[in-house]
Amino acid sequence: MNARQAVRDGLRDTAPMLIGIIPFGLVAGAAPIAAGLDASHAVGLSVFLFAGASQLAVADVLGSGGGVAIAVLTAVTINLRLLLYSASLAPPLAQERLRHRLAAGYLLVDQAYALSVVRWDGSDDRRDRLPYYFAVALLLWIVWQATTVVGALVGASVPAEIPLTFAVPLVFLVLLVPVLAEKPSIVAAAVGGIAAVASAELGAARLSIMIGSAVGIAAGVVAEIRVERTGRVL
Amino acid sequence: MSTAWLTIILASVGTFVLRASFLVFADRLVDVPPLGQRILRQIPPAVLAALVLPSLLRPEGTLDLWQPELLAGAVAGLVSWRTRNVGLTVVVGMTVLVALRELT
Repeated sequence: MNARQAVRDGLRDTAPMLIGIIPFGLVAGAAPIAAGLDASHAVGLSVFLFAGASQLAVADVLGSGGGVAIAVLTAVTINLRLLLYSASLAPPLAQERLRHRLAAGYLLVDQAYALSVVRWDGSDDRRDRLPYYFAVALLLWIVWQATTVVGALVGASVPAEIPLTFAVPLVFLVLLVPVLAEKPSIVAAAVGGIAAVASAELGAARLSIMIGSAVGIAAGVVAEIRVERTGRVL
Repeated sequence: MSTAWLTIILASVGTFVLRASFLVFADRLVDVPPLGQRILRQIPPAVLAALVLPSLLRPEGTLDLWQPELLAGAVAGLVSWRTRNVGLTVVVGMTVLVALRELT
């Protein structure tokens, strides 16, 4: 394996994700305009915030007359899961330069996290990690910026009959499958997924992903300790 | 500065702090305590499931176990498990979803 191959792998792995990213980016560009903001705001959200769901939420809150504090709190709440991604990618990137880690942080999104964490299983070459990560993340970044500009200027005319945004959970589903190799991870996923659904049903709205993740992690940790001590989950 | 720009800057700074948090101090995290390692191991399955399951079980924003997204997701899950092929899974999942929507 070498850096050039890692870059190629990163681009190849990201390509199917673009099916879901492109319509999402168009919507993220069009939503601020629909909410009464300028095209410059739409682009500013994509460049500085660079986190799809929270961009839509900021446009929504500002458009409906909500204040700065509520909009910022909403965005940060939606993005709390990025803290988990940062923790999860810190050990594999521990030996990289600070400026590379800062750049990796700025580019950290669901897709870049999910692809990298599945690939960096410890059997990989450490030197190939950043080339892979930046190939994935920069391709996502470029496509995201381009589609939000188009969405802001032209509008998002995505055909409703083709459920393109459904590609987003499907991609995460493919990445989830290889992670479920051991019993504790299966427990973490089952409990985390159900807790996310349950908390959303109970009104947690945008916090539900974070709540689900936290409950799932706790369940996975308990399951892992139980498996080590008794050989069984229950 | 306008309200919109103030919001964008503050939300972006807050989000960057979340993203960079552990990565900035990663070089000091070489010896992660055992409990920390246990937590790190469970982050990928828990987060990915928390991202996926709500999209399949409550696509319209309320829990619904009888709708096309769930069946399409189940078929896609099978394809993904058997093939590990992202492109094929996405195409099959979306095709099943479109077909089911046409039928209902």
